[in-house]
Amino acid sequence: MNSNLPTDASVAASGLGKRYGDHWALRDFDLEVPTGSVLGLLGHNGAGKTTAIRILTTLAAPTEGSATVAGFDVAGEPGEVRQRIGLTSQAATVDGLLSGAANLEMIGRLYHLPAKVARARAAELLAELRLEDADDRLVRDYSGGMRRRLDLAASLVASPPVLFLDEPTTGLDPESRNELWDLLRQLVGGGTTLILTTQYLEEADRLADDVVLLDHGRGAATGSPTELKARHGGERVVVTVTVDSELPAAATALERVAAGAPEVDAEELLVTAPASESTRLIEVVRALEEAGVDAHDVRRREATLDDVFFSLTGPRAGATAQPAKAKDDDPEEVTA
Amino acid sequence: MNAESITATLPTTPAGPARLRWLVSDAAVLARRQFAHIRQIPEKLFDVTLQPLMFVLLFSFVFGNVIHVPGGGDYKEYLIGGILVQTLAFGMMGPGISMATDLGEGIIDRFRSLPMSRPAFLLGHLTAEFSASVLAVAIMVLTGLVVGWGISSPPLEALAGFGLLFLLAISMIWLGTLVGVIVRTPDAVQGIAFVAIFPLTFVANTFVPVSGLPDGLRQFAEYNPVSAWAAGVRTLFGNPTAIPDGSAWPLEHSVLASVLWCGVVLAVTVPLTLRAYRRRTTG
Repeated sequence: MNSNLPTDASVAASGLGKRYGDHWALRDFDLEVPTGSVLGLLGHNGAGKTTAIRILTTLAAPTEGSATVAGFDVAGEPGEVRQRIGLTSQAATVDGLLSGAANLEMIGRLYHLPAKVARARAAELLAELRLEDADDRLVRDYSGGMRRRLDLAASLVASPPVLFLDEPTTGLDPESRNELWDLLRQLVGGGTTLILTTQYLEEADRLADDVVLLDHGRGAATGSPTELKARHGGERVVVTVTVDSELPAAATALERVAAGAPEVDAEELLVTAPASESTRLIEVVRALEEAGVDAHDVRRREATLDDVFFSLTGPRAGATAQPAKAKDDDPEEVTA
Repeated sequence: MNAESITATLPTTPAGPARLRWLVSDAAVLARRQFAHIRQIPEKLFDVTLQPLMFVLLFSFVFGNVIHVPGGGDYKEYLIGGILVQTLAFGMMGPGISMATDLGEGIIDRFRSLPMSRPAFLLGHLTAEFSASVLAVAIMVLTGLVVGWGISSPPLEALAGFGLLFLLAISMIWLGTLVGVIVRTPDAVQGIAFVAIFPLTFVANTFVPVSGLPDGLRQFAEYNPVSAWAAGVRTLFGNPTAIPDGSAWPLEHSVLASVLWCGVVLAVTVPLTLRAYRRRTTG
């Protein structure tokens, strides 16, 4: 069936919005993902990542705006969209009371593959995702990493041209995370369009061609990871003081030697400022000493998602006060 | 087999009657999933297997010689109709729990993102639950026959008796499904079932004739749908009903009243379930 034609596996959205009650989980959301590329949706809990995924995978109807997946409108032709997508959401989307093989076979049958093909495909995927030794074990006895791999296998049953992964590595240990990243890179090599959400800048960095940064339901920035980091990230210098009365003096001292405006965290007694290559820790220490600040700790670190957010959205109120919206990034969905 | 060959075997969304074929085959796949669950957790079937078996044995041997059926007849002959109805009434629990469990987990998102027939999930659920009810009826009838119960009505009436049992089973499965779609946790289903179904099946003619009940309770029992169902089943199977002349209308016309009560339950639960299910699984 049309296998000789170049398959359209692009994803596009324009002015997408979703309202729950009087809260907009997503608003004015635009997206352009070419066939075969990887997009990272980056944001904190409640930023609208899951809402965006749910709309694009036909699980939720948009309140406004429109989106197409593989050339089909998500609201108008959901059946056609479902034929062409695979989804792994945050919560376990496999059946714990079935074996790994039975899960994949059932999903194959629901894609209307003939029984034999579904069985063969299940065996093939289990081997590909190194689960062949656990094929007849109940999924509830799987480890977190195995369960994630099976979830991924489940979304690969029909070899969909477009794949959606909602926080695929949240709750995984570093080793399992690396394993999954390798797998995903292999997949993308095969020309699959991949949209994944993540809270980790590093994950987006390793996998994504482009990143859309979401903040409180709105796209805050778009670009390649390198562009984003160059624009908003970079290294930081962090000073910890012993009493909060020293915070202003520490901030003034840091401002003289750092590469950008310092940010004060009164609760943690921290002052953070962007560091450039020429920022030297010894100079920071000297500046602090001159200002008479009794610094408890002075160090450099890599930019975090928080830093990128801070430079984009101002004070990091969002880091502590998350709007807990049941439909979006439900905390109970973060299972390992 | 490689990825391309899989994509090539994927059928396109059908139109017309082929849609119905997808509905049936998808529902069968999903019903089979629930049967597989029972293989893993056999306790799931206790309420429709061991429990009715236990009730038949306990009541017939413990109360069998103490309770006398007014108007004559053997207590075991009287008892089975009541236990059949009670078990099917509690049969709302299984569908409620399995629906609440599925909707509370991510698996429903997986199903909804697949190109399967939309109503297949509900149909598969109803099919699996109805099979459990059929099994429960079979177990009770067989146990009943062993302890000395029997069907003494003409074949057509007896057949109608089974028809009434299955209509009741379907009504209670819908009721349970409605509860399962509305509540947040499977445990809540159990709580609701206990609080609502337990008194309903006891303040009725399930185990003892209503004529002996004190005023107030007696009137409640007379108009309790459970009484109508039990009396209807007894009537159709030709068992003693212990309904004296001049009883309340639903008892005098128990078969008609039974069917009407099932109609009421279905007329309320089917549209409410579909609406709540749609609301719960979209947006």
